[in-house]
Amino acid sequence: MNQEKAISVKNLCKKFGNFVANHNLTFDVYKGEIFGFLGANGAGKTTTLKILCGLSKPTSGQINVAGFDVYTETNKIKLNIGYMSQKFSLYEDLTVYENIRFFGGIYGLKLKEIKKRADELIQKLNLTNIRNNLISSLPLGWKQKLAFSVAIFHNPKIVFLDEPTSGVDPVTRREFWDMIYNAADKGITVIVTTHYIDEAEYCNRVCIMVNGRIEEIDTPSQLIKNHNAYNMNDVFLQLARKGKIK
Amino acid sequence: MSFVEINKISKNYGSHKAVLETSFTIEKGELFGVIGPDGAGKTTLFRILTTLLLADSGFATIAGFDILKDYKKIRQIAGYMPGKFSLYQDLTVEENLAFFATIFGTTIKENYELIKDIYIHIEPFKNRQAGKLSGGMKQKLALSCALIHKPEILILDEPTTGIDAVSRKEFWDLLRNFKNMGITIIVSTPYMDEASMCDRVALMQEGKIMQINSPQNIIKEYKPFLISIKSNNMHKLCEDIRQFRKNCTTFLFGQTIHLSSEEIFNKKELMNFIELKGHSGIKIEDCIPTIEDCFFSLRFQKK
Repeated sequence: MNQEKAISVKNLCKKFGNFVANHNLTFDVYKGEIFGFLGANGAGKTTTLKILCGLSKPTSGQINVAGFDVYTETNKIKLNIGYMSQKFSLYEDLTVYENIRFFGGIYGLKLKEIKKRADELIQKLNLTNIRNNLISSLPLGWKQKLAFSVAIFHNPKIVFLDEPTSGVDPVTRREFWDMIYNAADKGITVIVTTHYIDEAEYCNRVCIMVNGRIEEIDTPSQLIKNHNAYNMNDVFLQLARKGKIK
Repeated sequence: MSFVEINKISKNYGSHKAVLETSFTIEKGELFGVIGPDGAGKTTLFRILTTLLLADSGFATIAGFDILKDYKKIRQIAGYMPGKFSLYQDLTVEENLAFFATIFGTTIKENYELIKDIYIHIEPFKNRQAGKLSGGMKQKLALSCALIHKPEILILDEPTTGIDAVSRKEFWDLLRNFKNMGITIIVSTPYMDEASMCDRVALMQEGKIMQINSPQNIIKEYKPFLISIKSNNMHKLCEDIRQFRKNCTTFLFGQTIHLSSEEIFNKKELMNFIELKGHSGIKIEDCIPTIEDCFFSLRFQKK
């Protein structure tokens, strides 16, 4: 593993009024790493992700993403990252090609370059016949694969994936992970959240959050060993249950 | 006569065949799962059963009531939870529940016992607007609203999508309780591991039912030769194994790769193949199929 840091977080705190969504988080993510965020609904994963993307300001802490400061250099961060969420990633009322062109343009790529790379991408994803169809007509799995490709279209240093495979069928889920591996092989750092615990096993390291705190952070195999568990699902149930008892 | 009878139901959207001559029956008190990927036709089928959508052809009855002629009766005895959160976002938790109770001519108080175990988790937030709840809480509220009129049948469309593993397990425990109270439940899910919680499941794909059976029997009927493989470089292993033999399929399953083959082969042959590709820490074992393996097998058989 490359030891160059893609993300460095020290004592990150985020409060919403009296509610502490993130308690004093400290961790590093290395270049080219696939880093998984696990936790129950409401554990604070999305809050952390939003801060790292420059979409939300932390209450306190020192956070550096792709070499930039989250307080003062959010615009530079945004140019160097890609983001994809389960809820929103593509415009439903634009076509496949229009979405690629739109996001390519947002990230400042030249139209000629966009056209060339869009053709390659559409071919690679087998979308040639439906390149002019509206996104709303595509099955979820196709949408999500396209959304991921669009999120890394501008070759970002880091890509953030917030529950990218929720509701996606088992075959497409695995094809999606092939795409994640390929992106990581090219040196893109991948931060991913998921509720499919088998997917946690595909990450280089996982961070398990419970009630806004980091409960564990390690490789899946080490976590399984430490918890004397059979698989990551056991580890997760052990830790997340603890969080339910308040 | 079965509690739910579905007979050759079909539905097209233009040239797209969403549901294709689907027939099956569900017994009273059964916990029945419809398992299939996005776009399989699960939602269309559920919307037809709940009388929200007209089938192009075929017919169905629930508790002896016809989904066409007796649609009003069916709406009284069925509780439906759509896949997309469909409660009033600008009403509070309590207002939503009271609204649905009133529509069905009952009160929260009258059927409180039935929803108590679920509602207790969201009651502290009863004055919060539904739109501002977390995913897990929205799901609990939607289920409470589907139950408030004491339905005979619950029809739940992907209730656990986007819900964390712990909450999913709790949710299935609740469904077991409702089943034990005699409520018939039809539930769809994209999570294959949830199949084992059902009495029987239908595996659905591209508008068709591929198989209906108990989860145990579906696994028993799995035919291919299946082994699990591990090495110190799983990603490379996955790509390497794809070149091992024709008529094999390989899929990542957590810490291992499952390799299924129509014909039996020698495990030593595979070991040699993987070693030559430069892997270390290789482990090859026989493997008991999961529902997910069965689903893959049916899917590729068809193609």
